[in-house]
Amino acid sequence: MTVKMTRRTAAKMIGGAIGGALAAPMILGRAAAANPVKVGMIYTTSGVFASSGDIMSKSAKLFLKHEAPAILGDHTIELIERDDTGPNPDVAKRLATELITRDRVNFIAGLQWTPNTNAIAPVLTAGKTPGVIMNATGAVTTRLSPYLVRFSQTLWQSCYYMGVWAARNRMKKAYVLVTDFSPGHDAEAAFHLGFTESGGEVIEQVRMPIRNPDFTPFLQRVLDANPDALFCFNPGGPQATTFMRAYAELGLRDKGIKLIGSGYLTGDDELPNMGAAAEGVFTSHFYSAAAERPANQHFRDLWQAEYGDVLWNELAIGTWDGMAAICQAVAETNGADDSDAVIESLRRFWTKDSPRGTVQIDSETRDIIQNIYIREVKMVDGVPQNIEFETFESVKDPWKERNPA
Amino acid sequence: MDIVLSILIHSVAFTALLYLISVGLSVTMGLMGFVNLAHGVFAMVGGYVTATLITAVHLPWWAAIALTPFIVSGIGVVVEKVLYSRLYGKAELDQVLFSIGLLFVASAVAQELYGPLLIQIPMPASLLEPIQVLGVSTSSYKLVLVAVGASVALAVLYALERTTLGAMIRAAVENRTMAEGLGLNTSLLFSGTFALGTGLAALGGAIGAELFPITPAYGFVYLVYFMIVVAIAGLGTVRGAFIASFLVALISTISAYFLPEYGTIVLFAGVFLLLLVRPQGLFGRVS
Repeated sequence: MTVKMTRRTAAKMIGGAIGGALAAPMILGRAAAANPVKVGMIYTTSGVFASSGDIMSKSAKLFLKHEAPAILGDHTIELIERDDTGPNPDVAKRLATELITRDRVNFIAGLQWTPNTNAIAPVLTAGKTPGVIMNATGAVTTRLSPYLVRFSQTLWQSCYYMGVWAARNRMKKAYVLVTDFSPGHDAEAAFHLGFTESGGEVIEQVRMPIRNPDFTPFLQRVLDANPDALFCFNPGGPQATTFMRAYAELGLRDKGIKLIGSGYLTGDDELPNMGAAAEGVFTSHFYSAAAERPANQHFRDLWQAEYGDVLWNELAIGTWDGMAAICQAVAETNGADDSDAVIESLRRFWTKDSPRGTVQIDSETRDIIQNIYIREVKMVDGVPQNIEFETFESVKDPWKERNPA
Repeated sequence: MDIVLSILIHSVAFTALLYLISVGLSVTMGLMGFVNLAHGVFAMVGGYVTATLITAVHLPWWAAIALTPFIVSGIGVVVEKVLYSRLYGKAELDQVLFSIGLLFVASAVAQELYGPLLIQIPMPASLLEPIQVLGVSTSSYKLVLVAVGASVALAVLYALERTTLGAMIRAAVENRTMAEGLGLNTSLLFSGTFALGTGLAALGGAIGAELFPITPAYGFVYLVYFMIVVAIAGLGTVRGAFIASFLVALISTISAYFLPEYGTIVLFAGVFLLLLVRPQGLFGRVS
């Protein structure tokens, strides 16, 4: 009895599925012009990292409200937001699969974490769905699917050029201190290469445990080694502030040991917490909230009008430019139904009006070509800010240049 | 010599913070046999209360720090009466599940009220200036931390070992049935001890915010350190909690300095070995 029931139910379900599959293209075909283009956004909006996904979400909505209508014409975009809860590849892969098979999205975007994006890559390939990376920084990621295009940066871009700049600016001996996780290893390797190629010497490389309550002993060791510069990469957030306080307290600055790093060391949204402790720190990054470019002033005005005192950082800009590329692709392909045409459009993306300056996608690698700015933390009206003062113009990902596919 | 001195000075500051937060956990777990994984929540609440007192009520840092333990103790008493007391004498799994649940709830409430980012506790700038102590560069903030930790350690030790109230608490830890048989109101004693433990944790959380930043994830992130202190010390021992805090601080500082790549491994392996040899901790009694 049970078996019969099951068989009958199964037969019904199969029939329903076939009917649905046949009907689906017709419904889609008929209503394509009126239906919004769906963009599945995957980022973290809960837990320890909730603020990062929140910035990305705010930036995407800001773009859709103010900039998108002029580009999109008759088309509209619907964001479908999903929370991957952190660096959590299994969850991210499941969310991407659901977005593609059930919600039938035209794009997967957000893509905040490298491990999550790496897990999603095969899903994008199988589902022929373009993936727009708005934050993940792992160099190899864009090689994992022909449908991935990056609008953030690779850590290699900023850390390599930090090394080049430091060696050219009378820092001969560097001490490298990174957190022992994958981005930390990237930062370490990229800085090491850039610094030694330009004539510097790395006297010691140390990896700190990721759950680290106290930076003092690590910094005491740096103090004793007495290098010209300390290159540091940590996961940012609360750790960034604790690190900066320990750096100030131990008196490394007074000993003439310069603190240098990628932009994550002095995140625009963390700087107020760090206060004067961060003054004089040199970092390299593709964006500074304090930059005076007209496009950035425009962005700042829009953001502050919409969200008041809420601070933003580079996450907002990766998202902003990614949304610009999505909107442009939707307009160019008349609705983004042909994913290969969409990828072609994304590969050719170019703008000189990004808040970070001129931005271009390398059509060969689908990775970003952009300026890397060297910045110094300076106090402006009592508030520390990342002030850009030197530029490496239109640089490609140094890792890909040295590791051709 | 310089190295020895600087390691000692940095360890002592870390010790003070660990001790302030963990001593209450050691005593309440010893006294009530309650596996309270949510202890760090009260340190976190201490941080948020202090930040609110400074930014919204405009109290000076010192006053806010001094007032916070009393406010959080009050919260602690209510939480103990309403929630914890229901699980006394229940299975350990129930207690673990309850306190982990409380940890999640507290974390979510903190995020709702204060947002996901860390909360800064504005401190007098003079405390953050680097100063030289015996040739080692540190900050006056750390000296304050050490002074407060040391005074609390002495006060708690005196109260437990030299006063009648302390004798009652020790008696109840030792043998609860006998203590009740002699007419001690253990329920009241429990509430009082819980209040003291949460108050000290709040003080530690508030004053230690520069080392352990206040975020909604606080209770999870630092739980392992508080548990390690209690595990090394053994349950219900104030002196043990102090020595265990110092050991943890010293081992993490020394290993981070000399073996930076293996910093946490040394500490965790040490705890692992210790618990193999003495599952009751250094100063715990076998029950």
